[in-house]
Amino acid sequence: MKVTEKDVAYVADLGNLELSEDERVRMVRDLNSILGHIDSLNELDTTNVQPMAQVSDRYGVDQAKQGSERFAYASREDIREGLRKSLPHEVALENAPDSDGTFFKVPKVIER
Amino acid sequence: MNLNLLTIDAARSAVQERGTSAAALAESFYAKIESDDPKIGAFLTLSKERAMAKAAEIDGLAAKGEKLPPLGGVPVAIKDVMVTKGIRTTAGSKILGNYIPPYDCTAVARLEAAGAVVLGKLNCDEFAMGSSNENSAWKPVHNPRDLTRVPGGSSGGSAAAVAADMAVAALGSDTGGSIRQPASFCGVAGLMPTYGRVSRYGLIAFASSLDHIGPLTKTVKDAAIVLRTIAGRDPMDSTSAEVPVPDYVAELEKPVRGLKIGVAKEYLGEGLDSEIRKAIETAIQKLAKQGCEIVEVSLPHTKYAIPTYYIVATAEASSNLARFDGVRYGYRAKDARTLSEMYRRSRDQGFGAEVKRRIMLGTYALSAGYYDAYYLKAQRVRTLLTRDFEEAFKKVDAIVGPVSPTAAFKLGEKVDDPLAMYLADIFTVTADLAGIPGISVPCAETKDKLPIGLQILGRHFDESTILRVAQASEDAAQLRAA
Repeated sequence: MKVTEKDVAYVADLGNLELSEDERVRMVRDLNSILGHIDSLNELDTTNVQPMAQVSDRYGVDQAKQGSERFAYASREDIREGLRKSLPHEVALENAPDSDGTFFKVPKVIER
Repeated sequence: MNLNLLTIDAARSAVQERGTSAAALAESFYAKIESDDPKIGAFLTLSKERAMAKAAEIDGLAAKGEKLPPLGGVPVAIKDVMVTKGIRTTAGSKILGNYIPPYDCTAVARLEAAGAVVLGKLNCDEFAMGSSNENSAWKPVHNPRDLTRVPGGSSGGSAAAVAADMAVAALGSDTGGSIRQPASFCGVAGLMPTYGRVSRYGLIAFASSLDHIGPLTKTVKDAAIVLRTIAGRDPMDSTSAEVPVPDYVAELEKPVRGLKIGVAKEYLGEGLDSEIRKAIETAIQKLAKQGCEIVEVSLPHTKYAIPTYYIVATAEASSNLARFDGVRYGYRAKDARTLSEMYRRSRDQGFGAEVKRRIMLGTYALSAGYYDAYYLKAQRVRTLLTRDFEEAFKKVDAIVGPVSPTAAFKLGEKVDDPLAMYLADIFTVTADLAGIPGISVPCAETKDKLPIGLQILGRHFDESTILRVAQASEDAAQLRAA
């Protein structure tokens, strides 16, 4: 068992989840089952292999261009020509679970 | 004329030539949805007002004798992970149960600008996480070919809506196979374009380096028409590529004779259902008969694709889903006394089991002490998987194989074993990780009349070739009524 109930509680906290007692028990089982399979990656020697974080720095760009020139096309019009108009205030608040018409309202931030 | 069976060109022509109207066409699809969808469950929200307004606009053009745009009057439907201004968009999740987006996804806006009539929003696995559509917070989708079976996922509603003639075409999204696998299970065409080919602006993010928008359609030609409409650079998505968009429909006319088609032995090995294997081998023989040269290739790291995918995808998901906190939009737990309690309870009550599992796995893989062992390791293996394809595409123009190891399975069959569900994605996740395009096209049926899809993978930005091969396979399979 790699992942213990204590690990699950710690990771849930990092992920802003609470999880019920039942959920934690099941999570220990599921994470161990999945991570057991993922361990097969250790069969591969990747010492000299570069990590690949995304696709678009390899494909779909002009390889003849260097550095930031290569991605110049990705600069948006609003950056080149001033800020794009953002959502009107009242529209941005329309989906808010709680608001006073000017701000989003949340329970108190400072505990105690 | 049965309006519900029309392809894109046939529907547009019927409206253009006033054989019907865009309004009548939309009404006939809504009638079909009303009568058949209660037993299928493909739609979550109907956008009738917006649809009928667009139909009226198209009918106005037709009445004046003006040439209709490429999708003029064509009824389409959208997976509920793409935002639609003023139309509820839930991503299949309770946490977005009441979310009314203030803007439109680029791909949807481009379809409408080309004349398409958006009928509504389609069911899917919660945040596109799943392979059976059983992770929808709202209801499962039933496979139109056999209601006791899953439609596949996560774009299960998209595949089912097209298969059941409730939409001419649909948009889906593919992060690990979520367009191609349901297309295969339901017997429709499903295309995942190259990463960067279609803007992701307005696609609710699951794993940003793996997410793709693409069409699910009745025919390969329809997939080409939709791709031509939605592809191309969008300033709102910095990863959308500045690569010219060819006329994919015109490209379909080119013969496949002389193309080199790769067959990867790793895709036809153990674990593949024997009926599927036979169907794929027959489809390959048919391509050979049409003049393709069949070449064996190797993708040696294939067996590491699932572990790589489930680290990369969940790591990105855990980060992307951090935004759902009950503050600016979405569900908020009622009973919280403090801010952190509000975050945790809103997420606990708003997310389903699979989403929580992936947030946990991704957070674990990114946490201090495990980052190098899991996330960085997976990124390195992602390079190896991509190199496999680079090497193979030096020798061949496309690679064909199965989409899924089995045909559609029964509802409930795999819900209690997440690892078993993940392992079935083996033939689809590789293309997402490498960023190459792939299509599923129906090639045969099992003895129980369940559809089997043939997967065709291609080079980056070479959708033209895989569409041509798919067209040749579709012609040879002769599954569509003439």
